[in-house]
Amino acid sequence: MSDPRTRAVVAQVLVVVGVAAAVSAVAVQAVINLRARGIASGFGFLGRAAGFEIAPGPLEFTSRDTYARALLVGLHNTLRVSLLGIVLATLLGTAVGVARLSNVWMASAIARGYVEAMRNTPLLLQLLFWYSLSQALPAPREALNPLPGVFLCFRGLFLPALRGRAGYPWVALERPVLAGFGFHGGTSISPEFAALLVGLTTCTAAFIGEIVRGGILAVDKGQGEAAAALGLSRSRILRLVVLPQALPVIIPPATSQLLNLVKNSSLAVAIGYADLISITNTTLNQTGQAIEAIALAMAAYLVVSASLSLALNAYNAAVLRRGGSRA
Amino acid sequence: MRASTGRSELVGLRGWMCAFAFVLSACSRTAGGDAASVPTGEGPARASASSATPTLDAVRRKNFVQCGVTTGVAGFSAPDARGEWRGLDVDVCRAIAAAVLGDARRVRFTPLTAAQRFTALQSGEVDVLSRITTITFQRDVQLGIEFPAINWYDGTTFIVRKSSGVKSVKDLNGATICVQPGTTNEVDVADYFRKHKLTFTPVVIERLEEVTSAYFAGRCDAFSQDQATLAALRARAPNPADHVVLSELISRGPYGPGVMPNDPRWIEIVRWSVYAMINAEELGLTQATIDRALESDDPDVRRFVGTSDGFGPMLGLDAAWAYRIVKQVGNYAESVERNIKPLGVERGVNRLWKDGGVVYVPPLR
Repeated sequence: MSDPRTRAVVAQVLVVVGVAAAVSAVAVQAVINLRARGIASGFGFLGRAAGFEIAPGPLEFTSRDTYARALLVGLHNTLRVSLLGIVLATLLGTAVGVARLSNVWMASAIARGYVEAMRNTPLLLQLLFWYSLSQALPAPREALNPLPGVFLCFRGLFLPALRGRAGYPWVALERPVLAGFGFHGGTSISPEFAALLVGLTTCTAAFIGEIVRGGILAVDKGQGEAAAALGLSRSRILRLVVLPQALPVIIPPATSQLLNLVKNSSLAVAIGYADLISITNTTLNQTGQAIEAIALAMAAYLVVSASLSLALNAYNAAVLRRGGSRA
Repeated sequence: MRASTGRSELVGLRGWMCAFAFVLSACSRTAGGDAASVPTGEGPARASASSATPTLDAVRRKNFVQCGVTTGVAGFSAPDARGEWRGLDVDVCRAIAAAVLGDARRVRFTPLTAAQRFTALQSGEVDVLSRITTITFQRDVQLGIEFPAINWYDGTTFIVRKSSGVKSVKDLNGATICVQPGTTNEVDVADYFRKHKLTFTPVVIERLEEVTSAYFAGRCDAFSQDQATLAALRARAPNPADHVVLSELISRGPYGPGVMPNDPRWIEIVRWSVYAMINAEELGLTQATIDRALESDDPDVRRFVGTSDGFGPMLGLDAAWAYRIVKQVGNYAESVERNIKPLGVERGVNRLWKDGGVVYVPPLR
């Protein structure tokens, strides 16, 4: 016990045992309370038919499919909007960060105004704003038709799609057609998805913009001046000299912003996008199994966030290694 | 650091675990510590029963009924201009308060969305859930909620724009339909469209205000809810004449107050508070005439107002419990007249059986 290493091991074992004991005590108590209230528990509900419908998306779903499938569709919808949002927010955020430092007064002023507007209003409000903006578009019958086969109305954006036809070896272009209550055929982007994607992207981009700006300012001014002395153009200085050195400063805080984006996608509930939380809500409501449903949703977010975090940490390590070998 | 430090860590941890377990069990309100202070009649049976009535004990202790209601559906539960909650479902809570606590005003309201309601009841946040809740097998058996009585018969239908030309539910093939998550409507619509080989696109929004404005804004071709609720929403539309509530019901939706199963006495009180209002209508007892009924010779009326038989004490209440319900809240017809009629909704099947409806409850005898 006098050896600090033994002590450390003992302390860690104690902590692990303690946490495990606390978790199991809570679980046991929860089961007792649930039984006392006559609430069913366990994950048996996952195999039962869900009975509700989900707005159409890339994954097929009907009301006869199981709750497990419904939650999978929800997770898929969350991932779809999150991954697209991450790519777009990174691109837009970098552009905003660079624009903030631009010598062109107009560009830096616009970027600054954008960042302040986004950072100082609640994301939920922004989502509701984008959603109501989408609802201000014309009705399906008066839909905007900017290109042949492309329609924009308050029901969404309708685009032609390539569809394989049974019995034919080739694919055909299928255009959306106005019939009955709206457009049929082709592919579409719902206003809920669009509002959520735009809201998450623009809001996160503002934070990333500030991180990028901070990262660039952290690079010694002499680096840029030296590159300029070598006759490199401005864009090449940024791309080849400044940004690579700024990356180690940028990546860790940007990672947490991207994680926020994934988690903030759960605000989708407010505007009716069928994300994981929205489906979880319906599920726990119909089955009454709140603890199981929420535990599943939490586990899903944990896995997604942890994977994203691991990937970006690995990328950061690679960037640092590269920087190290160069130095 | 010595080994003893590790031990004391464990002791502390155990204490913390106990505290946490206690917090959890305290939430379940099974501790019957205040049994002695509860003024329930006499006899050994009563004394042992009091520890088995956690909800009733809690209600008496805090001296009000915590009632789960909607976030605002006119006719059933909505605050009026002075912030006073009114509606058919609100009257159930007021009747319970009048019976148990002697004062119909001793009710506190918790507005709940459809998705929150059962969790609020299960966790003990509300004593009774009186919130346009359809009684179903799954809610009764799987969620373990008791529904002691039915206080309104309704069913799923749709509100549509008149300009859409929709006359019946089958005209909605291919439509975009707004629904609220966790409602029976959500499942009813899915079932109906599947059964009739029709298709629709759901737009699922939780809060009634938001889903309603999404429908009025044109996001959906139809909004699916129960008929009386839709009638109430239509009345609030920017231009009510532009919208139609379909008369066709695609499901049956009997509403009733929900309570937890762990308190049989509380279940009986909720059941007979609703039945008392309906019995009063059948006996012709109204808010205005109930005082005269105290001198009545009619055995049914005497039992009702408590001048004979002593039914109140059997419920653990006083003799005048049902009298107070009618005096302070009114009978069922008065509650319907006051709350549902102004919506322009016909009483329909919710008339008494003898008037051609299906409202038929056990007698107070």
